[in-house]
Amino acid sequence: MRKVDLLIIGGGPAGLAAAVSAYEQGCRDILILEREDTLGGILRQCIHNGFGLHTFQQELTGPEYAQKYIDRVIDYQIPYQCNTMVIEITKEKQVTAVNRSNGLQHFQAKAIILAMGCRERPRGALAIPGWRCSGIYTAGTAQKFVNLEGIMPGARVVILGSGDIGLIMARRMTFMGAKVLACVELLPFSSGLKRNIVQCLDDYDIPLLLNHTVVDIAGRERLEGVTVAQVDPETKRPIAGTEQYYACDTLLLSVGLIPENELSRMAGIDLCADTGGPSVDENLQTSVSGVFSCGNVLHVHDLVDFVSEEAAKAGAKAWRYITDTLDKNLKSMPIISGFGVSGAVPQKIHVGNADQPVTLMFRPKNVYKNAKVCVTAGEKEIYRHSSRILTPGEMVSLKLTPEALRQISDAENLTVKVEAS
Amino acid sequence: MLDVIIIGGGVIGCSVARSLARYDLKIALLEKAADICEGQSKANTAIVHGGYDAKPHTLKAKYNVLGNQMFGTLCTELDVPLKWNTSLVVCFSEDDIPKLEALKKQGEINEVPKLRIIGREELHKREPSLSPNACAALLVETGGIVCPYELTVANAENAAENGVLFYRNAEVTKIEKGDSCWVVKSKAGAFETKAVVNCAGLYSDAINAMVSEDAFKILPRRGEYYILDKKYADVFHASVFQLPTKLGKGILVSPTVDGTVLIGPTAEDILDKSDIRTTPQGLAKALKFGSLTWENIPLRDVITTFSGIRAHSDRDDFILGEAPDAPLFFNASGIESPGLTSSPAIARDLADLVAERLDAKENPNFNPIRKAIPKFREMDDLERAKAIAANPDYAKIVCRCETVTEAEIREAIRRPVGAQTIDGIKRRTRAGMGRCQAGFCTPRTIQILCEELNLSPLEITKFGEDSKLLHSYLFGKGEQRHA
Repeated sequence: MRKVDLLIIGGGPAGLAAAVSAYEQGCRDILILEREDTLGGILRQCIHNGFGLHTFQQELTGPEYAQKYIDRVIDYQIPYQCNTMVIEITKEKQVTAVNRSNGLQHFQAKAIILAMGCRERPRGALAIPGWRCSGIYTAGTAQKFVNLEGIMPGARVVILGSGDIGLIMARRMTFMGAKVLACVELLPFSSGLKRNIVQCLDDYDIPLLLNHTVVDIAGRERLEGVTVAQVDPETKRPIAGTEQYYACDTLLLSVGLIPENELSRMAGIDLCADTGGPSVDENLQTSVSGVFSCGNVLHVHDLVDFVSEEAAKAGAKAWRYITDTLDKNLKSMPIISGFGVSGAVPQKIHVGNADQPVTLMFRPKNVYKNAKVCVTAGEKEIYRHSSRILTPGEMVSLKLTPEALRQISDAENLTVKVEAS
Repeated sequence: MLDVIIIGGGVIGCSVARSLARYDLKIALLEKAADICEGQSKANTAIVHGGYDAKPHTLKAKYNVLGNQMFGTLCTELDVPLKWNTSLVVCFSEDDIPKLEALKKQGEINEVPKLRIIGREELHKREPSLSPNACAALLVETGGIVCPYELTVANAENAAENGVLFYRNAEVTKIEKGDSCWVVKSKAGAFETKAVVNCAGLYSDAINAMVSEDAFKILPRRGEYYILDKKYADVFHASVFQLPTKLGKGILVSPTVDGTVLIGPTAEDILDKSDIRTTPQGLAKALKFGSLTWENIPLRDVITTFSGIRAHSDRDDFILGEAPDAPLFFNASGIESPGLTSSPAIARDLADLVAERLDAKENPNFNPIRKAIPKFREMDDLERAKAIAANPDYAKIVCRCETVTEAEIREAIRRPVGAQTIDGIKRRTRAGMGRCQAGFCTPRTIQILCEELNLSPLEITKFGEDSKLLHSYLFGKGEQRHA
């Protein structure tokens, strides 16, 4: 059993930023475990630009953004193991991992940061009827084939769902010579970033069919086409008579990301039904003492910049936990997701002697124009901000000041909600 | 000249192959698909039935009960996961209890041991997640669950190790009478053989019609299913059937030996035997009736849906034995549920019959033991360390949802009758069967197939023929392999 102060599971943007931050705070005994053969996580295959506007005030590609953190990990000589899969975590912060060079390894960590990211929702999860042919991929798998392996999965493409990876892949497939026929979205709005809709669909005249879905998949062996129908916005049921057939050899799915919390569950960590990630406090500490969580394994982010920011905090707080300087035994207050709010993170905060602002993040449940975001404790409102538009594709991030938090130290809970006009 | 040709590489064909290998015979199996276990045997309910369900004095009843008794030894010999988890047939109205009694009586006529009716209290104690509306059940102690593809593959591997030749992509196009032999023409060439065993499942009527006037018809009947995430492995213990009512034939909710939960099947007569589509109506129906057993099925955690087609015959029973007008042509046809359960008994009797007609001697070298590919996910620490020390590929996890290692995938390809497609690997190792449904592991699995079989990624298929996975290289020519 090897002892290590801080074990970071995942060498993607969250794990890297957490490691860098913990190091900068003073932690010298860190180990990053990464299951892929190089660091960088999903950013390695995101060769489009638009990363880093917040963090570096620069438009970087995914690999460039990741490299900035990888360089720092190397500069600081933070140890990492690639090709290493964690297969077990216990409540006692014992971790089992495997790789080719070291075989089966056991670690005892003082603190753990979970940064395993998320996976894509597959076809089966939607129970899309039809044939079970080849040619159906999640957008991320297709992205890996095209950008990392140099192989096109197909030539005529329909995209189901309008998540960011799906939108980016619409443009990417177009660039590489494929014909993207349509992007089909069940909801009345896209779940992707506005800028991706403009830059990836509008710029290439790819229609975005809102309130539509794929109702049938044709093709015994390879995909031959999909039938798309309009849905009733209320019931989400297809409307008979609105079916349109698209002859295509590829269907890309961009229908949602699911935080990968199988290891968290194994360690007995409480998960939040709304986010699919662990329930955490303002320090990003989970229900298991000394286990922290950040990035897409905690909740699915819209921008990597916010992942890095969140992960840096997790790294710093984990170091405080290791050095026994993290606030303990403070009263905790649950944060309730009120009207229009889906899965606010953190799920609880300690308000006893708040000395730093607390960041609250969430996705709006719907599109709201000229809306306000409010945080209240009982009758008392401690935060209010007006927004021209809120959409589920873009996260809301707000900071509660220590002064505001001190006002409500005896409240039962905090509610974050949207007031739509 | 061969002694026996078996047509069809499903669970019946592969079981017959293994049973025939006990005799000193030259045997080949022809499968039309790119892999064995591509038809009915890959998509069914995976239950080892007790035998209460079949009409007394039918072949179904006889072979169900016999097969059930053979399953324990069979799965031990072949190292196939089997769990005696019991079956329950539940009803939702006190008025239906007499029907449970009738079912019990029928089972007793079929000589199913240890059948018992249990009341509400015991039922809910056994199955706390069951809908409160369930009020009584027939408890079938001898009910079990098995992995149908692993069983099929295991039979095939063991048969191959004992000398049976396997030809895939070998659709039979014609059978002719030769000089004291049959000439079987297939897409893999023509073969002369003394005897033919027709295990062609849905297509066994067409094969029979090639040689016999004694016609029968296979009427395809489709069933649609849901599979739920392993998270729910402990929700149900028994396989929970519903008493058939006028509302429906009864949808099952059952754990699988792999820890997922199966809901289904529907039953719909269709015209096209190859129509394995799922339909909105079928899926909705499975869900509607499944919800009677399990209220609030967590649809968020559905990982996949599929359909299977049963080879229901117009004779309404298994069709077994030598065709009356075609000597040394044997049928194993109309094998629908409880076909999987019956398979070892059918195979034994059919093999004995064929051997007797060919006057075959026993094969003194027959080895009934087949070892499964060691599964990393089932090992303890010590076993894992050992496995990795012996083969470092055991330290490379390819399918993260199901914890399948590169060593297992390579072995699945290298074994006798090894995998050559993505689906073949999936059925032999579970790689890609988990909650992400191969989203992460597909690129790596393709690479491994390319390395092992010396193919280009563009040649790799999901299940053979035109089910190619990839379209074209972005740069350069086809020279570029595994980027």
